[in-house]
Amino acid sequence: MYELTGIRKYFHRGAETVWALDGVDLDIADGEFLAIQGPTGQGKSTLLVLLGGLDRPTEGRIVFDGRDLGRLAELQLAELRAADFGFVFQSFNLIPTLTAQENVETALVPFHLSPDERRRRAHQALVDLGLEDRVGHLPSELSGGQQQRVAIARALVKDPKVLLADEPTGNLDEDTRDEIVGALEGLWRNRGLTLVLVTHDSWVARRAERIAVIKGGRVNYGDASWPSTGREPDPELVA
Amino acid sequence: MYLTYIRRELRRRSKQAIVVAVGLAIGIGLVMTVSATSTGVENAQLQVLHSLYGVGTDMTVTKTASAGSGGPQHFSGFGGNAESAPAAGTQISRNTLRPTPGSATLPAADVSKVASLSGAAAATGGLVLTDTSFSGTISSATSGAGTGATRSTGAGSSFDISSFSVDGVQISKSGVGPLDAAEVAKGSYFSSSDNTAMVAIVSSSYAGQQSLSVGSTVTVAGDSLSVIGIARMPSGSADVYIPLGTAQSLAGLSGDVTTIYVSATSAANVSSLAAEVQRTVPGATVSTSAQLASEVTGSLSSATSLATRLGKWLSIAALAVAFVIAGLLMMAAVSRRVREFGTLKAIGWRTRRIVAQVMGEGLALGLVGGVAGIVLGLAGSEIVSLLAPSLSATVGSSFATGGGDFGAFGGGGSAGATSSSPAGGGLARAFDSARTVLVHLSAPVQSQTILVAVCLAVAGGLVAGALGSWRASRLRPAAALRRIE
Ligand SMILES: Nc1ncnc2c1ncn2[C@@H]1O[C@H](COP(=O)(O)OP(=O)(O)OP(=O)(O)O)[C@@H](O)[C@H]1O
Ligand SMILES: [Mg+2]
Repeated sequence: MYELTGIRKYFHRGAETVWALDGVDLDIADGEFLAIQGPTGQGKSTLLVLLGGLDRPTEGRIVFDGRDLGRLAELQLAELRAADFGFVFQSFNLIPTLTAQENVETALVPFHLSPDERRRRAHQALVDLGLEDRVGHLPSELSGGQQQRVAIARALVKDPKVLLADEPTGNLDEDTRDEIVGALEGLWRNRGLTLVLVTHDSWVARRAERIAVIKGGRVNYGDASWPSTGREPDPELVA
Repeated sequence: MYLTYIRRELRRRSKQAIVVAVGLAIGIGLVMTVSATSTGVENAQLQVLHSLYGVGTDMTVTKTASAGSGGPQHFSGFGGNAESAPAAGTQISRNTLRPTPGSATLPAADVSKVASLSGAAAATGGLVLTDTSFSGTISSATSGAGTGATRSTGAGSSFDISSFSVDGVQISKSGVGPLDAAEVAKGSYFSSSDNTAMVAIVSSSYAGQQSLSVGSTVTVAGDSLSVIGIARMPSGSADVYIPLGTAQSLAGLSGDVTTIYVSATSAANVSSLAAEVQRTVPGATVSTSAQLASEVTGSLSSATSLATRLGKWLSIAALAVAFVIAGLLMMAAVSRRVREFGTLKAIGWRTRRIVAQVMGEGLALGLVGGVAGIVLGLAGSEIVSLLAPSLSATVGSSFATGGGDFGAFGGGGSAGATSSSPAGGGLARAFDSARTVLVHLSAPVQSQTILVAVCLAVAGGLVAGALGSWRASRLRPAAALRRIE
């Protein structure tokens, strides 16, 4: 599904150049559940942004389904984001003025469906996440876990190939964390999604099939060299 | 979805939306009020011109009497016995109908000459006359002593002087001239066979003063005319209108007119027509309504310059400030929604769609501000209409009457005037060398003003939306992951 070779990404911070990613090679298989773990500020989110086509690498190739994301035009990237990538954020990123139902519908806007079809699909996505009685609520009227489930419904309503989640449980308490991770895992299993999940949390990471640890802008563990029997990351690398 | 989102955003940021909308509303309301006021001022000017000219008249042709040789300027009633002073106790009662002093007559044939000019749509002739009557007794104390001037002011002499203005009008359907058939509110306009009939149409204000109604009689030059119509005329217009033929015979000016009223085929050729008319009627004064407008002085002209200069700049400044504030607030609003728009980009919204969203929000604000602005503008013009005092407009007599030089009248252009007219000074006062017209200023909001307001509102919304979406279009989708909002 993904082939990343020699990915480097830098940012300018004032006069200083920050290499957020410094030579990442990574393959992600179709239908895989990959956890990305690593200390803070080491480039996990940056990697996810590149996987989701939200930004382009400074150097290297990031091939998704045979297409080099770094070379696609902005419009084609927007199409990919609309159709193939579902994004879930740490702070949910729901539109505060729209209801749960309407928030989910925003993901269908690029498809120009009939309003009825759009409503029906959004409602179904919310039902799938157990939110049938919260459809008309504004984000501010929902708990953190419920908000994140609305965000997951928004990411999945369009049946994407990949679900990219950046610390989806980072703002949640333990019980809610378990509930959300359980929901994600269930969806991954049932729908044959590719799930890439960035997390600080070793408990969450351990649920994945494979763990890639990022440190200093490089993936130090993971891919083929990681033993398939154990999912434990190197404790030293997880600060 | 699109509209829902716009509506919700505006409601959520209602405080900011209100600031933007109120700003636009004030700008638009000001523009409307100012434009309504200047329309009102324009109407007032038209009314002034109309009172001097009549509707549909683009220019008038008059002739100035040269000092000392002008038309008969003494009371013809005294005629032959002017040289011998009346005896004490003599009852005097005279009624004269004369062209306004200082103006000379033109042959009626000039009217058709002017009418046949290629740029002229129509031309009619008229006699602008003043009917003056005085009556009184020469007192014994002053009889036979001093000059006419001292006699007229001497103790014991009592004269009643009254005058009213009479326009002899050519009966026509062209509408050119001082009286338009449409202005006759009661009774009827002259019929085509009335040219020498003893009939009159009086202005409603004169009818009110003299308690005249249709069927009453009015005395002009000592003859009784029956009132067949009452016309609603602007202030400053003539009091009594009579057919031209009747006027010519009553004033003893058969075949003469004092004024030719001309309408041009198009507003664009007024000045070239004026030049042609000047060649056709040598020695005449041709005055166009534009010239006349520039001659108007008094509070009306101050109001005109206020409305056109200060008002225009004030409203343009207010509007510009409102636009800039709306745009800046919109940009600030977009900056605060970086993560929101980043998220929408991250889930596949195209930049175009996000620009449309922001433009839509700006437009909605513009429309809300526009509606509020129209309400403000209507209220503002209503207030102007309510509070506005009557404005006075003074037009020099050179235009109103064709160059009257009252010095000639009062000061002895003709010997008869000083020595034989006992009321010479009084008469000079009875006439006014310049005509002052009082008009009430109203500020009517025209439908095109509302259209302009709507356009301004849309423009304001587009400016705000454009600045906001310019900001939004430069957002990167990765902004969705920004921690701090
Ligand atoms: N837009 C940006 N501009 C400048 N620097 C950036 C930007 N995005 C990321 N960085 C820098 O790149 C590095 C990697 O950031 P990234 O957000 O990918 O880390 P992370 O592993 O996700 O950290 P965290 O666990 O705190 O989320 C950091 O040093 C960060 O400050
Ligand atoms: Mg991060």
